[in-house]
Amino acid sequence: MSQQNEATTTSRRNFLKTAGIAGSGLCLALYFPSLAKAAKIVNADEGGVDDVEMNAWVHINTSGKVTIFCHRAEMGQGAYQAVPQIVAEELEVDLDKVNIVFAQGNRKKYGGQVTGGSSTVRGSYKNLLKLGATAREMLIAAAAARWGVPAAECFAASAQVHHRPGGKTLHYGELVVSASKMEAPKEVKQKARADYKLIGKPLKRQDTVLKTNGTAIFGIDKKIPGMKYAAVERNPRLRGTVKSYDDSATMRVPGVTKVIKVKMAVFNTYREGVAVIANSTWAAMQGKKALKVEWDDSGFEHISTEDIYKRQQEDLATKEGLLLKKVGDPDAVIKKGGKVLDVVYQTPYQSHSCMEPLNCIAHYQGDKLEVWGPIQGPDWVQDFLSKEMGVAKENVFINMTFLGGGFGRKAFLDYPHEACVISKEIGAPVQVVWSREDDMTQGPYRPGVSYRCEAVVANGGIEAFKVRMSGQNTDHWDAEKSTKANGSTSEGFLKPYFEAIGNVSFSDVPFETPIPIMWWRSVYASTNGFAYESFIDEIALAAGKDPLELRRQYLKEDRIRKQIDKLVEVSGWKNRKKNEGYGVAMTECFNSTVGQVVKVSRGANGKVKIDHVWAVMDCGWYVNPDTIRAQVEGSIVMALGAATIHEITFKDGLVEQKNFYAYKMPRISDIPFEIEVHIMDNDAAAGGVGEPGLPPFAPALTNAIFDLTGSRIRKLPFDMNTI
Amino acid sequence: MISLNVNGESHSIDADPEMPLLWALRDILNLTGTKYGCGVAQCGACVVHLDGEAVRSCVTKVSRAGGRKVITIEGLSANNDHPLQKAWQEIDVPQCGYCHSGQIMSAAVLLRENPNPTDADIDAAMSGNICRCGTYPRIRKAIHLAAAWQAKGNGR
Repeated sequence: MSQQNEATTTSRRNFLKTAGIAGSGLCLALYFPSLAKAAKIVNADEGGVDDVEMNAWVHINTSGKVTIFCHRAEMGQGAYQAVPQIVAEELEVDLDKVNIVFAQGNRKKYGGQVTGGSSTVRGSYKNLLKLGATAREMLIAAAAARWGVPAAECFAASAQVHHRPGGKTLHYGELVVSASKMEAPKEVKQKARADYKLIGKPLKRQDTVLKTNGTAIFGIDKKIPGMKYAAVERNPRLRGTVKSYDDSATMRVPGVTKVIKVKMAVFNTYREGVAVIANSTWAAMQGKKALKVEWDDSGFEHISTEDIYKRQQEDLATKEGLLLKKVGDPDAVIKKGGKVLDVVYQTPYQSHSCMEPLNCIAHYQGDKLEVWGPIQGPDWVQDFLSKEMGVAKENVFINMTFLGGGFGRKAFLDYPHEACVISKEIGAPVQVVWSREDDMTQGPYRPGVSYRCEAVVANGGIEAFKVRMSGQNTDHWDAEKSTKANGSTSEGFLKPYFEAIGNVSFSDVPFETPIPIMWWRSVYASTNGFAYESFIDEIALAAGKDPLELRRQYLKEDRIRKQIDKLVEVSGWKNRKKNEGYGVAMTECFNSTVGQVVKVSRGANGKVKIDHVWAVMDCGWYVNPDTIRAQVEGSIVMALGAATIHEITFKDGLVEQKNFYAYKMPRISDIPFEIEVHIMDNDAAAGGVGEPGLPPFAPALTNAIFDLTGSRIRKLPFDMNTI
Repeated sequence: MISLNVNGESHSIDADPEMPLLWALRDILNLTGTKYGCGVAQCGACVVHLDGEAVRSCVTKVSRAGGRKVITIEGLSANNDHPLQKAWQEIDVPQCGYCHSGQIMSAAVLLRENPNPTDADIDAAMSGNICRCGTYPRIRKAIHLAAAWQAKGNGR
């Protein structure tokens, strides 16, 4: 490991404190720039069409064009659709006539922007509804004043204010200057859910057209005048330093202009690499291939996958670890003996492998720094770069493009920082493009985790339930010693189980390696869910109970009961036929609960195949049902890959998978089955959508395989062809 | 200098003949709809048509495209109204959207050669294209929809 350990990266705890990932409690006053003052003209146009800021999310120009800012990243999950769909509802504008623009990083203006934890809608919908309604009321008030009529006689629709009795109409562009000078009302009437015209409707995504003709601009597509291209050779053992390098062959590659040594942040430390600057991406990549670098990677050379799981499971056999949560006294019950289950589950390291490899453009100009890229947390990047590059925060401009996938990886700060370091060094704007191999072998990864689960089964039920988990902790980016249990140890486990079972404990047996790790879609629920929901299935068998009925016995909340009823109804759970295996799993993740039933059978070739997946999502209040269906479908495909196809393994400190020929992905031919998604309708607060559909799939699948074959799978990934 | 005909336009470009067509399109002609995904013909994000055939531009030398007709996603239709593009829009197939230029370009050759593909035909033709967001069920539906529109003669 390198010696420069005292660096100052933002720790996750700090970030959670400051960035408010689960939603900000911003007061509305912040949103309105001009309380009874001059109109804030943000973009005066030569043709006399001025763009006026109504609030941080809404600009209206004097010809009536409405712009809604999307303050969160669009990485496929539908923020670019959901944020404007919410604002447009209360603002009374037609979504397909709105101009949607990504906001720059600015936490003061937008609250936390880190697009993680499936937090975009659940964290901001109340504010977005209110600011949309407030802007609408101000436009109505401006019209009423102009007409000299009571505002109560006016209403807004399709970006116009109408005076009902007088039959008069003004469009928003005619009103925006005077409206924006008004004082924002403190209280505004918001629509009833039943009156929504946009929210709750499966409206077509506004980015689809751009994504079918090549015009959507992802980070890798962005061009800046004078921009150079760079490729970086980084230490293949993830952290460490450059001893020496020979660039003589590189400098002979046509198009290569410069080679420099760079040092870039990786969590609490730095890694070093050698950057090749060229006039095309290809030339930079070729130049990189021709480099000869000698590395100092002491401390990393012995990491191997085999050793990781051996250490975890030895610890789980002997150590109690750090207690996170305890109800009753499961240890006392287990000590008494009886029908005790005691099993270990194992889950793999995973790469995010976004289809768009990491890339970033930076333009360092001394007292000003501008960045363009596929970035999940623009406000967080702004903080970090300001500190690392020594540029005042207000002069650090972070521009989000579309993201070709994110899944947590693009919330990491290393690749924007690297681009800034290179831009500063060469004195020009530069785009750094990571090769697929760079992207796959450099991490950070989802941590591989082992679980020891113990239970006492008696009287057709669960007398005690005890879990110990051992895996790297994403809270320990700052490499502090683990003195507190990983707060995510019980993530995914349905909360009503605790009281209903009565004797439950979750502990974390700390496990550290220098492997960089990061949130991976649904974070710990993605691995916890497999262990805990497989274990519930094993308990049901031991208790002689139907797995769904055992869940119903312990999950007594009305909302979950209804969801179980729905699962039974849509999947035909009670009419299962011979030679069909059915498995169920239910997990909670980011305030949404998802239940899935998987049906499997043996094909003509004797191999186990998936026939159907039913998913029931309860995310409370929601915006776009088609986005929800798409997210659950996609989560299931991603979960299938992580459960049955790919894993990241380490040998001698090196990652063994370098590209998609080794880290294989699900293909269309792997998904011949139907995925059917149902959404529960209720008035509960909004929950997450982008991630919660992922965790239940793996256990529902392995539970179904057990139902069909009697073979219990406790280690992921497994090969469907060998069952 | 290499002569390229891309989307009906002729270009003469100064590029290393070894440079893959992908990077010539993206960095020299600024046609960024064709994507870099893996660089080794594994993912299909870079699929373009070379004289009507689907090729992976990340492993196709630009010199090989000299004097031949290249069609990229930007040139598949004049108004984003190829039956596949319309079907992609109707079903809202893309999520992140990064792979879909390649998906649509692969599917376009399939539909031209086989106007009424079965699921097995779709599997065979589309298995070279990875979608990390997992939009496969919708890709399959959209190809069937485009085929049905095309059969009825109202694909546009």
